[in-house]
Amino acid sequence: MKYMLIKTYSEAAYCDSPIHEWEPKDIEAHIDFQRALGEQLAASGELVEAQGLAGPDQARIVSSDGRSAPVVTDGPFPETKEFLAGYWIVDVDSAERAVEIAAQASAAPGPGGKPIGEYIEVRAIMSAPPTDQ
Amino acid sequence: MTFPPSGDTEDLLRELRPQVLGVLVRRFGDFAAAEDALQEALVAAATHWPTDGLPDNPRGWLIQAAHRRMTDAIRADAARRNREAVAAGREPTRPADITTPDRDDTLALFFLCCHPALSPASAIALTLRSVGGLTTAEIARAFLLPEATMTQRITRAKRRVAALNRPFAVPESGQWHERLGAVLHVLYLIFTEGHASTSGRQVRRADLSAEAIRLTRAVHGQLPDDPEVTGLLALMLLTDAHRAARTGPRGELIPLAEQDRRLWDREAITEGVRLTTAAIGHGLTGPYRIQAAIAVLHAQATSTEDTDWDRILSLYRLLERVAPNPLVTLNLGVATAMAHGPSAGLDLIAAHQDQLSGTHRLAAVRAHLYEMAGDTPSAVAEYTVAANSTPSVAERDYLILRAARLRGEVGPDRS
Repeated sequence: MKYMLIKTYSEAAYCDSPIHEWEPKDIEAHIDFQRALGEQLAASGELVEAQGLAGPDQARIVSSDGRSAPVVTDGPFPETKEFLAGYWIVDVDSAERAVEIAAQASAAPGPGGKPIGEYIEVRAIMSAPPTDQ
Repeated sequence: MTFPPSGDTEDLLRELRPQVLGVLVRRFGDFAAAEDALQEALVAAATHWPTDGLPDNPRGWLIQAAHRRMTDAIRADAARRNREAVAAGREPTRPADITTPDRDDTLALFFLCCHPALSPASAIALTLRSVGGLTTAEIARAFLLPEATMTQRITRAKRRVAALNRPFAVPESGQWHERLGAVLHVLYLIFTEGHASTSGRQVRRADLSAEAIRLTRAVHGQLPDDPEVTGLLALMLLTDAHRAARTGPRGELIPLAEQDRRLWDREAITEGVRLTTAAIGHGLTGPYRIQAAIAVLHAQATSTEDTDWDRILSLYRLLERVAPNPLVTLNLGVATAMAHGPSAGLDLIAAHQDQLSGTHRLAAVRAHLYEMAGDTPSAVAEYTVAANSTPSVAERDYLILRAARLRGEVGPDRS
């Protein structure tokens, strides 16, 4: 079954500073962690896709009534915490495994190497066929 | 008859592919059917040649095999529609087609796949598929797209060229320059796509930079005296020579100034320098030649300090006149800073602010120049803006780290 693990720009549970304010060695450790996690999930055959999104500064919000010209709102937006920052799509054997991966991702290292407790949303992807009961 | 190792057969088939496809399309005028027939012939060759031995004339063998399949397909088609005229009107392939490689055929295929009627994305896909011989799946993976999307893109591109008037004609002299320019542009886009994708995803056989170099070599083989073709090949070789040095252990981008130049590919540089010398012998009048000349000056320097920035600056000025675009202006700003100091560079960029506001590199270049000028707070601020706006993960990681290291140098001021 497939799950999407979603990261937003909301603050992490145990870290209140954004990455660009960390020490270089902490940033390096964080980048290494993310890379290793991606490689681990690829090696275990569970990774479907992982993408990071460009910053909310470049986001545009579009709405249309289907007739007149669409309304396009440009950034920067005053409130960006809810914006999607990136996602993994994993194909795993159980919901527990998806949660386990999310927990591992959440504990990415931050300042001083301490886990930052990033909030990861775990969402089942609906195209999955029903399982036999 | 010789028995080639299977890898050699594969290389040979890839080299012959555009030549044979060119002959078939020209004779039958049906691009899609020619590709199908060639595909079958290539599979037959890949199966038979390693065991039965290489035929004396591999190209002729492929043409005949594909020709037979096309004729069969046309006959079957004609019979189905109860129309015999089509097949009856076909003559067998002229002997000349089989024995002498017809130079025009490969070129004509390039012109067709890079036709100005196609969008760049379609032309890239069609070129990689039809001239390069990559599978649709490989092209899709190289561009991180679903295979169904790539299949559609290629199908639509083929349909588009099929609707053109005399699509497979080599352009007449009046159009030659523009059409060749379109081919070179597509090859350059394929190259830069490969050069920019440092996401660490390895795609078997579909390494886009290597493929772009291979295809540009093929065009150069057909037009050895065209200085822009030569210049583009040189530019690709000189740029690709940095490959091993341009990313760090974390996949982050390493800028030219900080690269370990011992990791540069000397063989590629030697060839690039030789080609550039030949190309600029025709005058410094084309954008690829000028860029190759700049790349040579970088390649010949042992460090940033040792680089001939005055000459690079004058080449960028020339390039801005010949082929102006925002990236050239930014590079002109960097070269100005290196030759005459960072404030001169910042002034030049400020003077062109309006044209540059759309490029994500603007903040990164300004950050570098502020750093050179010793204005650390402005540099950190610009690096952070740049990190938030780059579409490349490797570049973002580099920019975040660069800002963090700079901040570390001035102390833990987090105001």
